[in-house]
Amino acid sequence: MSQTPENRASPDAATQLDIYRRMVRIERNDEFTRTQIRRGRITAPYYSARGQEVIPSTLSNLMTDDDVICTIYRGIHDMVAKGMPLRPLWAEICGRVDGTCKGKGGPMHLTHPETGVMVTTGIVGSSMPIANGFAWASLLDGSKRVTVAYFGDGASNIGAFHEALNLASVWKLPVIFVCSNNGFAEHTRYENATSVDFISKRAIGYGMPGYTVDGNDPFDMYAHAHAAIERARAGEGPTLLECKTFRFMGHVFGDNDAYMTKEEKAEALAKDPLVLFRQLLIDTGVATEAQLEEMKTSIEAEVQDAIDFAFESGYASVDELRRDVFAEEIPA
Amino acid sequence: MSTDTAEATPGQAGEMLKMTGQAAITAALFQAMEEDSKVLVFGEDVADREGGGVMGTTRGLSTKFGDLRVRSTPIAEQSIVGAAVGAAMAGYKPVAEIMLMNFITVAMDMIVNHAAKLRFMSGGQSTVPLVIRTLTGAGWQTAGQHSDHYEGWFAHTAGIKVVAPATPADYKGLLLSAIQDPDPVLFIENSRTLFVPGDVAADQGPIPLGKARVAREGTHISLITYSGMVANCLAAADELAQQGISAEVIDLRTVSPWDKDAVLASADKTGRAIVVHEAVRHFGPGGEIASTIQEELFRKLKAPVRRLGAPYSAVPFAKVLEDAFLVQPADIAAAAKALCEYD
Repeated sequence: MSQTPENRASPDAATQLDIYRRMVRIERNDEFTRTQIRRGRITAPYYSARGQEVIPSTLSNLMTDDDVICTIYRGIHDMVAKGMPLRPLWAEICGRVDGTCKGKGGPMHLTHPETGVMVTTGIVGSSMPIANGFAWASLLDGSKRVTVAYFGDGASNIGAFHEALNLASVWKLPVIFVCSNNGFAEHTRYENATSVDFISKRAIGYGMPGYTVDGNDPFDMYAHAHAAIERARAGEGPTLLECKTFRFMGHVFGDNDAYMTKEEKAEALAKDPLVLFRQLLIDTGVATEAQLEEMKTSIEAEVQDAIDFAFESGYASVDELRRDVFAEEIPA
Repeated sequence: MSTDTAEATPGQAGEMLKMTGQAAITAALFQAMEEDSKVLVFGEDVADREGGGVMGTTRGLSTKFGDLRVRSTPIAEQSIVGAAVGAAMAGYKPVAEIMLMNFITVAMDMIVNHAAKLRFMSGGQSTVPLVIRTLTGAGWQTAGQHSDHYEGWFAHTAGIKVVAPATPADYKGLLLSAIQDPDPVLFIENSRTLFVPGDVAADQGPIPLGKARVAREGTHISLITYSGMVANCLAAADELAQQGISAEVIDLRTVSPWDKDAVLASADKTGRAIVVHEAVRHFGPGGEIASTIQEELFRKLKAPVRRLGAPYSAVPFAKVLEDAFLVQPADIAAAAKALCEYD
């Protein structure tokens, strides 16, 4: 299904290393998050994206700080990849006042406009109609800014997907619809809830290019993401990328994976994109094992620093319940 | 329904113009788009290629301001409001039109979960200064899916303001304020009053949101209302005057946040109050207002606070049923008389 875009772009060594670095930040951040939850230090529901690191890491490498993303509740990897600083991210996950949203949004609603993280929604499919608004603003501004809407395979069955793709196509909006197809919508297997074998086929119905991409292969992702972003910047309109991947940790933290077979999970884990890409970087001489270890160590220090910062931060005053409802504070 | 549109000809300061609420809205849109290049108008059929709106309210805007700022959309309310949310967060002031209020139901997620909450959930980083204009109201035999008053749903949602004007001057002034407001505003146009001409100052500027208007002064009872029911309350007040009862009519103009001070001042003065709205009475806005009056003024009240609203049913089609569904001036007058005779 994956038609190769013309002029297939390939990441150079520095780009590969940048993508890998973003992946490690995501993976280490995820591992540390789950550890904190296991220790009872965080009480939020957590939707791990372990296994899906390649997708936002590659796209974020190709995006500038001006480009924006609208993402979903399984979206912390999208934010980390986009460059959201970890201290306010962690403080928000912990519900603290120094969080990006003063502890008022939490892990499902992280927002950080400085790095282009404009919306994180807990409603399946809702990133897409809003992404169109940002993309329309780019046309009005006359800017080259692109908008990426992240969502899952389950969201391709909700009305928002279909309305948003239609409007984006009719208005030729500079938006990229990035579907992380991890094979399951919550606990429901893809084929039991989706009418087509490839979500990318749905692009045909909306008059835009659609590609099924190996979302665990940085080279395939890079070529398609590059083409989609270039197309959007050139004013040629939207693209749908269906990125095939797998979520290693199930739907939500504590998931027992009862709805999948042990074999399929083992098979997916054996093809951990982080492990494979690391080996490739070493085998092709892009980096040495020592360099990658050093990278990992420095990222772990960054994550630990963010955790320490978060737990030292206080909680917002209850007066915050009257603030940010409107621009003007609600009287006590 | 009439489809007369405003002539966007500027009048002399101090001059009074006769125009319908619809024409006043058109004038407000022209003025707002002229004054601020960030103002956008979009929705089904709003551009001139599609006739400038099915009612003609947006006629002339796309010709003057261009197809990128004034855009007709697919019939896809979720994507209309979604685009408004994104554009608003990106620094624009979108005025999205949802043709009829019942069609808002398919955009509820975008309004309730996103437009209304993103400022709060982002800790104040996101602002969503959008306006959703929508038309509704019984009286045209459009029945159960084209004429409901659902303002109570949105008044119940923290983070969105709900404006429901009753006069042409208010349609213009409140829309100008809604567009300038830094937060999302639902702007409800009532189909029975939108086409009734009234006086609008040629230089009518913004009228602040959240401020009620004394539509008629009185001393015996307060009729607290908004939108299409202002006319019915004024007619009831005429009827009551003939029976020696002086009714004060308070037009809230903004349903949320509502002008508590003005309502309490009036009820304090008269000692009697009825809240009247077109929406179904059951769990309607009248419950909130009546409770507040009773909480604040319990010992000063001469009678229980009453609520009048539509019965707990869908809006019916047959004229005889539709008339019975709507609160009529005679219903208001009878309820007011009973409260004035309350022992």
